[in-house]
Amino acid sequence: MLPDKNGYFGKFGGRYAPETLIPAIIELENFYKNIKTDKSFHAQLNYYLKNYAGRSTPLYFAKNISKIFSSKIYLKREDLCHTGSHKINNALGQALLAQKMGKTRIIAETGAGQHGVATATVCALLGIKCEIFMGYEDTKRQALNVYRMKILGANVIPVYSGSKTLKDAINEAMRDWVTNIKTTHYLIGSCVGPHPYPMIVRDFQSIIGKEARKQILEIEGHLPDYLLACVGGGSNSIGLFHPFYNDNNVKFIGVEAGGLGLSSGKHSATLEKGKIGILHGSKSFILQNKDGQVLETHSISAGLDYPGVGPEHSYYKSTKRAEYVSVTDKEAIYGFKLLSESEGIIPALESSHAIAYLSKIKNKIKNKTIIICLSGRGDKDVEYLKSR
Amino acid sequence: MNNLEKTLYKLKKEKKKAISIFLTAGYPNVNTTEKLIIEIEKYSDIIELGIPFSDPIADGPTIQYSSQKALENNVNLEKCFSIVKNIRKKTKIPVILMGYLNPIYNYGLNAFFSKSHKTGVDGIIIPDLPFEESSLIRKLAKKYNIAYIPLVALTSGLKRAEKISKISTGFIYVTAVTGITGARAELSDELIPFLKKLKNKTSKPLFVGFGISKPEHIEKLKKYCEGFIIGSAIISLIKKKKSIINFLKYITRNI
Repeated sequence: MLPDKNGYFGKFGGRYAPETLIPAIIELENFYKNIKTDKSFHAQLNYYLKNYAGRSTPLYFAKNISKIFSSKIYLKREDLCHTGSHKINNALGQALLAQKMGKTRIIAETGAGQHGVATATVCALLGIKCEIFMGYEDTKRQALNVYRMKILGANVIPVYSGSKTLKDAINEAMRDWVTNIKTTHYLIGSCVGPHPYPMIVRDFQSIIGKEARKQILEIEGHLPDYLLACVGGGSNSIGLFHPFYNDNNVKFIGVEAGGLGLSSGKHSATLEKGKIGILHGSKSFILQNKDGQVLETHSISAGLDYPGVGPEHSYYKSTKRAEYVSVTDKEAIYGFKLLSESEGIIPALESSHAIAYLSKIKNKIKNKTIIICLSGRGDKDVEYLKSR
Repeated sequence: MNNLEKTLYKLKKEKKKAISIFLTAGYPNVNTTEKLIIEIEKYSDIIELGIPFSDPIADGPTIQYSSQKALENNVNLEKCFSIVKNIRKKTKIPVILMGYLNPIYNYGLNAFFSKSHKTGVDGIIIPDLPFEESSLIRKLAKKYNIAYIPLVALTSGLKRAEKISKISTGFIYVTAVTGITGARAELSDELIPFLKKLKNKTSKPLFVGFGISKPEHIEKLKKYCEGFIIGSAIISLIKKKKSIINFLKYITRNI
């Protein structure tokens, strides 16, 4: 079972962080090991997932787009979760963990604001002080979510360094964490960071794939041919993929943000265009220049606008368990419109990337069964799209 | 014994405290960095040359700023090596490279240490490389006679700090605060008790860094450690175009 005891998925992962953090990270790892088999913890988490977050989410047969592509397309409706995305699954799990560890303050980074909103929500629920780091650029393009976090009682700290997006929000959250390590839990929202974070986030998000697997077997009586999900840091996709890992006939496709096109240099397609390196605590693919400096990325969707990716995805890529592709900003907008108009579901721009990819494989997917992770709803993006 | 170990040995014999000065390579530009090293050589025992990185998570605003400026000057590892090569014509002062892992990894670990050896680098500090991930790098450092300097934090705890101390082949970098780099008025209250306890566990020199910016810091700590690392305070002076030498004279007035 991966990761190994040192936090590696093959050659990816590990724990590369300043010494000040290491003892707290080890403490987190040990704590997590204990609660993993703690029935009362899981009973509490499951209670909140069901009664607060609204799980399980439906596996919805999208008959109109199925007709368009002559295939059977199912949507795993994470957009119907409380707070509007899959991020609540991990936020609930980690916040309950932090509370058990006696932490009195939670910090988080956010790109699209979905993880920030989920964290702020859970902190309001549990009565924990909450501060959210968000790149200044993202506070502008996801202004609605900034306001939501404030309503929920969180302090939103805009980050002005670097490209002023998700990467820089993580840098700043890590700096805060180094400083306030004794009181503070860093609630990382994606399957990135030093071990055990990629594992913890994957485990809490695996509920997506576990439910979907059970649901498709109930509805169709067989496993799907394809799983399709967007990949930024990669939390919704790893959550969907991981429970199907041993189902060798189920193909995984991760869709990255192609931005203005892969040849333009303005994209976030880490797994297609990156090189192996070390960023934010683990070894994985990174978009970097020839000197090992991390590149600024671009995507229309703030949630995918990140030059790194979870180490487990790098492992899936290098072992060919999953295929990673990309669609451009323009194509993502097509996906956004397609789902809105044909199914009456407005998807997040992040999830729109996965939808958009359907048209690129339309010949391959005829008569096939596909599950797409609809990781979030698109309300947050409406204002931005209108202003473009 | 490499150049750094010789210097440490000499300081110990003379019962002198070491001053190690951190400069971001290429800030404000490459020529100034080279000039500054020669200028402060008399007032400093060791030079730490910071390799700029785009995402310095252990650094505060001052060193973030200098790294950003150095990157705008296209400073990469080749330029860092050329700085060392150039100053080696004029000075024997031990030079330690300090940098985040990714640019080093990207350069190629073996190539990095081989080139370090060739140009006259004496030691290496990698702030995002903890004990558990360090074995390959320590092996290469040993092969190329480069001192490996690990960081110990106030949060490390004595048991872990002792374990880390054992892998040091130069001094031990003890962080004076629980936090990131940057000049501070007050250092942690836990520091002196921690240094006292650590002293009992290791014979290796303890250097204190992060936050050191006032003569009072040095006076208070000098009984408990062998050296001081001054970084952000120096970078701020460079930014304000003020004399580093006057500051060094002032801050070390009682040692």
